[in-house]
Amino acid sequence: MAREIPYIAAINEAIHLEMDRDESVLYFGQNLATTENDEFLKAFGNDRVRVTPISETAEIGMAVGAAIAGLRPVVELYMAEFMLVAMDQVVNEAPRFRYMSGGKVKVPLVLKAGYGFTAGWAGQHTGCIYSMFLGIPGLKVALPATAADAKGLMATAIRDDNPVCFFHHYLLTLEPGDVPEGEYLVPFGQADVRRSGGDLTIVATGWMVGKALAAAESLAGEGIEAEVIDPRTLAPLDTGTILASIEKTGHVVLVDQAPRHAAASALIAAEIAELGFSSLRAPIKHVTALDVTVPYSEPMEAFVLPDEAKIVEAAHQVLGSAPVAA
Amino acid sequence: MTEATTTFVEAINGALARAMRDDERVIVLGEDVAEGGPYLATQGLAEEFGTQRVLNTPISEGAVCGVAIGAAQAGLKPVVEIMFIDFITLALDQLVNQAAKAHFMSGGQLSVPLVLRTQGGAGGRAGAQHSQSLEAWLTHIPGLKVVMPSTGADAAGLLASAIADPNPVVFVENKSLYYRREALPDDPEPIPLGEANWRRRGDDVTIVALSRMVGEALTAADRLAAEGIEADVIDPRTLVPLDLERIADSVRRTGRAVVAHEAVRHGGFGAELAARLQAAAFDYLDAPIQRVGAPFTPVPLSPSLEDAYRPHSDDVYAAARAAVRWAHEAEPVPITRSATDDRSPGARGR
Amino acid sequence: MWRIRCFEERVAKLHRSLQVHGLIHLSIGSEGVAAAVCGQLRDDDGVYSGHRAHGHALAKGAPMDRVMAELMGRSDGLCRGLGGSMHLVDRSIGFMGATGVVGGNLPLAAGDALASRLQGGDRVSVVFFGDGAVQAGHFNETVNLASLWELPLIFVCENNGFAEFTPRSAHTKVERVSDVVAPYDFERRTVDGSDAAAVWSAFGDYLERARGGGGEGGRGPFLLECLTHRRRGHYEGDQQGYRDEVAEAEWARLDPIARLQSLAVERGWLDEEAVGAPEREARAEVERAVEFGRGSPPLQPDAVAEAVYAS
Repeated sequence: MAREIPYIAAINEAIHLEMDRDESVLYFGQNLATTENDEFLKAFGNDRVRVTPISETAEIGMAVGAAIAGLRPVVELYMAEFMLVAMDQVVNEAPRFRYMSGGKVKVPLVLKAGYGFTAGWAGQHTGCIYSMFLGIPGLKVALPATAADAKGLMATAIRDDNPVCFFHHYLLTLEPGDVPEGEYLVPFGQADVRRSGGDLTIVATGWMVGKALAAAESLAGEGIEAEVIDPRTLAPLDTGTILASIEKTGHVVLVDQAPRHAAASALIAAEIAELGFSSLRAPIKHVTALDVTVPYSEPMEAFVLPDEAKIVEAAHQVLGSAPVAA
Repeated sequence: MTEATTTFVEAINGALARAMRDDERVIVLGEDVAEGGPYLATQGLAEEFGTQRVLNTPISEGAVCGVAIGAAQAGLKPVVEIMFIDFITLALDQLVNQAAKAHFMSGGQLSVPLVLRTQGGAGGRAGAQHSQSLEAWLTHIPGLKVVMPSTGADAAGLLASAIADPNPVVFVENKSLYYRREALPDDPEPIPLGEANWRRRGDDVTIVALSRMVGEALTAADRLAAEGIEADVIDPRTLVPLDLERIADSVRRTGRAVVAHEAVRHGGFGAELAARLQAAAFDYLDAPIQRVGAPFTPVPLSPSLEDAYRPHSDDVYAAARAAVRWAHEAEPVPITRSATDDRSPGARGR
Repeated sequence: MWRIRCFEERVAKLHRSLQVHGLIHLSIGSEGVAAAVCGQLRDDDGVYSGHRAHGHALAKGAPMDRVMAELMGRSDGLCRGLGGSMHLVDRSIGFMGATGVVGGNLPLAAGDALASRLQGGDRVSVVFFGDGAVQAGHFNETVNLASLWELPLIFVCENNGFAEFTPRSAHTKVERVSDVVAPYDFERRTVDGSDAAAVWSAFGDYLERARGGGGEGGRGPFLLECLTHRRRGHYEGDQQGYRDEVAEAEWARLDPIARLQSLAVERGWLDEEAVGAPEREARAEVERAVEFGRGSPPLQPDAVAEAVYAS
């Protein structure tokens, strides 16, 4: 039975259920369990639920060690950009141990961090840095866009035997959605076709999925039917679903909240440009943030970030099939 | 300058010494730099300029990078060495959250004239934490510039420009090029950042190669030429800023492109190049852009595995042949391919 | 101190009415530290701050109207509206920058001190940080480097007992930050940060010695730990489920402004009449700053792309 709960509640529910199901699951990190009434603390106690100091390197490093020793830690990192403080642990330790040990150990852990808050949080708290984790063999990256996916992907992340970066979008925190009760898993590497259409393929993640769907509705008013695909996980990436759509539509708009240069959308574009070469009828168009740090001032922030109108405009350009200058 | 007597690392050393002689604001910091560093890139600098300007540091990458940024904001021109790009992970907060953004967030008041020299690349039998090619990350950060020279002459000329630049520049040197010799003038001219170098002319296929792969691409081009296929070989030299126009011009002329680097193919900078080239040259492309890179695994230690892991001229040759032959054997690309392909990480899980 | 207090109280109101947006961290209750430290510095002394930076910027001499305009995201803001509350910079008066990642400012300040040493002269660098930053790796790395190189740097810790949303006791076994640096063999002291006069005198002593006199770049480092209070939440909007009311009453009693005012009257520095003047003047200055901010247009959006790289 599904019922409507907020995105953040769906994430918490997944962690709660997994902690119930498997006592090797730990939950620790910054700013959690700050009072004795905390739900997790009450349910699972101090041994499995811990607040940590602002020590990202040690938090993640300990999680790697605990994972190797047989536990399944979920680390609350608060903001994705703070992971930059501890990238050695995220890149050189967590995803390497299985390989470097010749497959003898596994590192099941979840790095949970919020991202993308665009309401004046300015240059160091708003970043969409998920593309930085895509070139790292051994890491998986999940970016849920709905409450149900948030629950299902978190549960899958906790059960996965590899390190998973689970990025939840801050602007979706209170967004309600229908979420199945009880055990609910969303497999990794399986995109969700959120809307069907034969004229144009729009690929979007996170908060941008909603923008893409709104743009698709607006395009439908003009008689243009867009297919909207949410990859849900960027690593693994379900290129099959994207390519199948492009085979049908021949036109693509990629939407990514990150700055354009070397964004996840560039990786998807390269895959499409190679594997979907024969299907493409026009250059792939990107709708992303500009290549700048996110500015503080509201009108400039809006100027820098992608939105519904920019997606509609890109769709027109792609379908007008005029070659787009780089 | 006719004899090939200067190594790549000596070219770096000479460029550092000249910059320090020309501008007393230039200082060098890093682990063991006063003793010359592990590759002797800073040899002799402490003797000539003193340990006030050539500073040995503890193993504290984050703080050392931060100190250099603070010193740059106060008017010095620090050149920091982080031994191996793998360890840049320990300084990323400073590099990404501070250095790259300071100019922007201060509304132009601050600038960070910093050069961060680091070594990338596999081949040294050093395993998964000392052999990576992580430059693609840095190209995703507005505010950073990223340089990857392929020859000693380029290294010297680009390093001079990097030190003169008012922005933070990450200068990635491929370890396996360090002891290659070439003829170098005594006083090489600075080479502007953002100017690609046309290494070979040909009309059949464009090969865009980075760092060590430039040499591999030239070898592949010779082999292709023997079969009557003439390749354009272009070395962008700097990834940010990128000389897209020169590369796109070539692709519009040849209609076929191969992008080659040593980093993993999935998530490497080649994806960015391919994405931009397909937009810039869509109407001219006669074949999909081919990307050559390492497989999606950490760098293995075992010599035979590492040799197989590193992309070589054979891979560039095969990719160029595939691009050239594609039009003649055009057939729909099977979309199921990606599901089992190694470039779709973890699709099968483990 | 009144300027900081009135400024921040007004910012809280502007935040509620959405005229100031984003993540806003207020320093109400700990103004004494900013005032006593920055009040003794020269314009060429470099100060680095963190996410709770308004007080430090104002005390160092950043014009209030331009700080307010920055918080309102306007083109006449200190950073043209590109930085905001957590990233204030005013290079002209040596306010070298505030950073939003806890502990990230520590090595930058050491770099400023290194530059001061290499450039000659007697500039001193100061870095403000909270007790939460002490548990971050950058802290130990920077303390080690600063002591190894004897940099003219004064670490000023505002220990308010909370690291974001959790009390210090949940973060570490070491109660005093000054004890954390004990093995490094430099001078360190813990003072009552709500006693502005005590902070002034302790910092003044360190500053004089860091300055050295004689143009050899001074010496250091020093660490001054100021025990202080944060009378508002971690950020504006924080529900503060973790706070207890007893402490709040105690903090109100210890308020640095009230204490300095009584001291001033007691010592006869100010009479009862004059004691109200700083607050009145500060409130008027804040209103002028708000008007200035409102009158300033936002930057033209297409300016952002030009702002990324220096030329």
